[in-house]
Amino acid sequence: MAEILFFSAVNGITYGMLLFLMASGLTVIFSMMGVLNLAHASFYMLGAFFGFEISRHLGFWPGLVLAPLIVAVIGMGVERYGLRTVHKHGHVAELLFTFGLTFVIQKLVEMVWGKLPVDYLVPPSLDFPAFTIFATEYPAFKLFGLLASIAIFLALMLVIKRTRIGLIVQAALTHPEMVGMLGHNVDRIFMLVFGVGVGLAAVAGVIAGPALVTQSNMAGLLGPILFVVVVVGGLGSLGGAFVASLLIGLVQTFAVAFNISLADVFGPVAADSGLALYLDDIWSVTVAQVAPVLPYLLLVLILIFRPRGLMGNRES
Amino acid sequence: MSNADQGGTAALELEGLEKSFGPTRIIRGVDLTIVRGERHAVIGPNGAGKSTLFHLISGHYRPTSGRIRLDGRDITGLSPEQINRRGLARSFQITNIFPQLSVWENVRCATLWAMGYRYNFWRDIDGLDDVRLRTEEILGQINLIERWDMPAGMLAYAEQRALEIGLALASDADILLLDEPMAGMSHAESQHMVELIRKVSENRTLLMIEHDMGVVFNLADRISVLVYGEIIASDTPERIKANADVQRAYLGTEVA
Amino acid sequence: MSDTSDTVVRPAGFPSGAAPGPLRRYGPWIVLALLLLVLPRVFSSGLSISTMCVMGTMIIFALSYNMLLGQSGLLSFGHAVFFGLGGFLTAQMMNMMAGGEGPLPLMVYPLVGGLAGLVFGVIFGAVATRRAGTAFAMITLGIGELVTSSALILRGFFGGETGITVDRTEIHQVFGLSFGPQVQVYYLIAGWCLVSVIAMYAITRTPFGRICNAVRDNPQRVNFVGYNTTVVRFIAFSLAGLFAGIAGGLASINFEIMNSAQMGAAESGSVILMAYIGGVGNFAGPIIGAIVVTYLHLMLSDLSDVWELYFGLLFISMVMYAPNGIAGVIMMQRPLIRRGQLLRVAPYYVLALIPGLVALAGLSMIIEMTHQLSISASEGLGMTMMGIAFNADALLPWLTAVVLLGGGGWLGVRAARLAREAYGAAMVRGRVQ
Repeated sequence: MAEILFFSAVNGITYGMLLFLMASGLTVIFSMMGVLNLAHASFYMLGAFFGFEISRHLGFWPGLVLAPLIVAVIGMGVERYGLRTVHKHGHVAELLFTFGLTFVIQKLVEMVWGKLPVDYLVPPSLDFPAFTIFATEYPAFKLFGLLASIAIFLALMLVIKRTRIGLIVQAALTHPEMVGMLGHNVDRIFMLVFGVGVGLAAVAGVIAGPALVTQSNMAGLLGPILFVVVVVGGLGSLGGAFVASLLIGLVQTFAVAFNISLADVFGPVAADSGLALYLDDIWSVTVAQVAPVLPYLLLVLILIFRPRGLMGNRES
Repeated sequence: MSNADQGGTAALELEGLEKSFGPTRIIRGVDLTIVRGERHAVIGPNGAGKSTLFHLISGHYRPTSGRIRLDGRDITGLSPEQINRRGLARSFQITNIFPQLSVWENVRCATLWAMGYRYNFWRDIDGLDDVRLRTEEILGQINLIERWDMPAGMLAYAEQRALEIGLALASDADILLLDEPMAGMSHAESQHMVELIRKVSENRTLLMIEHDMGVVFNLADRISVLVYGEIIASDTPERIKANADVQRAYLGTEVA
Repeated sequence: MSDTSDTVVRPAGFPSGAAPGPLRRYGPWIVLALLLLVLPRVFSSGLSISTMCVMGTMIIFALSYNMLLGQSGLLSFGHAVFFGLGGFLTAQMMNMMAGGEGPLPLMVYPLVGGLAGLVFGVIFGAVATRRAGTAFAMITLGIGELVTSSALILRGFFGGETGITVDRTEIHQVFGLSFGPQVQVYYLIAGWCLVSVIAMYAITRTPFGRICNAVRDNPQRVNFVGYNTTVVRFIAFSLAGLFAGIAGGLASINFEIMNSAQMGAAESGSVILMAYIGGVGNFAGPIIGAIVVTYLHLMLSDLSDVWELYFGLLFISMVMYAPNGIAGVIMMQRPLIRRGQLLRVAPYYVLALIPGLVALAGLSMIIEMTHQLSISASEGLGMTMMGIAFNADALLPWLTAVVLLGGGGWLGVRAARLAREAYGAAMVRGRVQ
């Protein structure tokens, strides 16, 4: 039991930090530009695939640096030539634009790398057990992922607290309506923020790629969870995104670890009525099987009891 | 000129009204009674909290403390639509209309609740004669009949301001709150607007915010002066002009 | 109240309250009904009839979506939930009544789907419509995921990955209709399509329909004329669920199988594409969109392995440059026709279209060659486009593609600017005359 608890906690925090790496960029972009970038998870996927492609030719480490840079440049291009054009048509158009982008990026990835998982390997330099506890080995790469996310998190905090751009970002987080009054360089700041935001998502992609599965559906799998994180945390709240990332990360990993169903606890349901067939499904489903549903259930519950999210302080 | 019955019943009562945003107190204990049928103007320097006061009365903001009564009934904390249904309509300082809908649809939408059609999704709206006549009547009052099929967003500024008033009129409220109806208008346009307001506030209670002192002294039966979230005087125009506090705090710099 | 209105001369077209003549009121619907009636005689092949069945279903689905996006300004990413649940409930009901046990004929089964859509619209709407804007969009996305992932758990009801099958000929038969032949299904769908289209059109012309438009335009102002915007959104959401459910019921009768993928994100995305490409600002837009997208879907999936990419690119370019969709582009020509100027502008359209098509050819070459080089590389690098055979790794085709794309794009942008100027000039000219 202690073993399950320990590994679930470590995995949950690792997963949560990875989520936050993406949610932070998403939140800052939303606060400054008022656009929830639906394609955020697609940039994460691009990061993974670029990282994979670069790792085949130059190795993992150059990929870790280059892939996010390339994605950041693509992101800036998308902001400059796409979002800015759409901006005049209003928020719905902006959302639809990023939605269309998710579609196009997925199809582009499928066109180049296909629909099957690619063989993105853990680099040999990190392919060893970091430590052994309860007779189970914990892979060094996962530990690296956790440490890297924490390091980026700390670096980001430093940038936000200490630099001029950081000050502007902070101002945008607390007073989003004031962003328009920043002056003539607001366009460049938007472009930069969008680039850095999606670049961070790409870092998460490079780290998650070898640990999870690098496949053309990875954006579709992660995207909705990411949006649950930012809504549950409270749209536009960086602190809320942090708490919600860890919460969702832990909830999901813990749920997967528990293979118990109602039937295990209360015994099988009496199967004589016609409804029993359907009831039996609910009765015999294990907590682990419910894991994918839990984030969305959490979303609905939060909305019923705290419509603005855990730490949100404004309506959309 | 006065159609106020000074001894009449209170249409709107504010009692110890306060509003703070974080540590900042914008409205600091306002007590004010608007008598049924009077035209009441709120004046005061920029940042005095006039628009905030309107947002409190119309339900856009919730007061930090204090009570608001409409026709003697407590409406504190009600939502804007609930307050509107109880007979209070307002216009906005920054034009707030339905830009993509035609002028006709703008006014028609604003009449629907008061006409009792609410969320009705089974009756042909074009077949509702009472709605049509009412819409036409309002369009006549605000002189926009000629513009009926134009998207409201494409109207000239002064016309949009008139439509703004039309939307407030359409819900057939007894109490009208007009937030700077003359803002940004030329002198000639203001003259038209004064006549329009005079016309539409017959048989109604009017509370308005206005910067143009000529307009205020011309239209209002009573004037309240709001300075830093407090009402420092509330009286007839003549006595407000003569009031030393008001002179010092406000008029001395703007009118004299 | 003063009666100024009596002294003002009413301008032309001003609403007079006179009821429109029966021809004006019912004429378009009679024409539509006749059209639906004769279509299977004109396009009588098996393929066209089954295509039209899909189109009819999708028209209802896309129009129901537009009750949210176009009419009320609500961007939902989970609308397929109601389509899917409607379909599943219809399928389950059909299986329960199979063998002619129930007294209900097949014709009324889409109503089961509609009711299911309505009930779930009410349930999920109660949560989702508490918020508007971006948060609403995210909640609908979450609800979509919630339902699809739950469906995979409740295998008894949703049939797991394979879904559940039905046999529509097993249902109680009336008038000797077995619904075995596809054309009978076509008439069933056409009938429901007509009824739904009329109903949804009628709803846009009610007090509620107009308030939806007002909410789309300026929700805050709607509060100050007495309406609760949450209630407006909630009713719109529930009604949209009802019609999506009808469409789902028809789909399950048509395909005789329902699968949980049909309520997933891809299906929700495809209805957005249909409504938007057709045009959300016009009632007919989603109808056009449903027809065009269904047709392109069939045609492109034969022509290219990566046809979905073309769809995505089409969608993005429409969001950027034609936010009112196909219907919007058509509606833009109306004032030109009224001013008798269309023929003077039309040459400019052609002038812009030709380099546009050249650029498209270049883009499509790049896409197809990349595809050949990466995924289809195992099948060799030889390929043909428009009857010309070449190798995907040769220099010349790539050069050609880049020149076509670059040159066509450059000319196209310039020609489009000319067309815009010509349009503006024609509008001014028309006004002067």
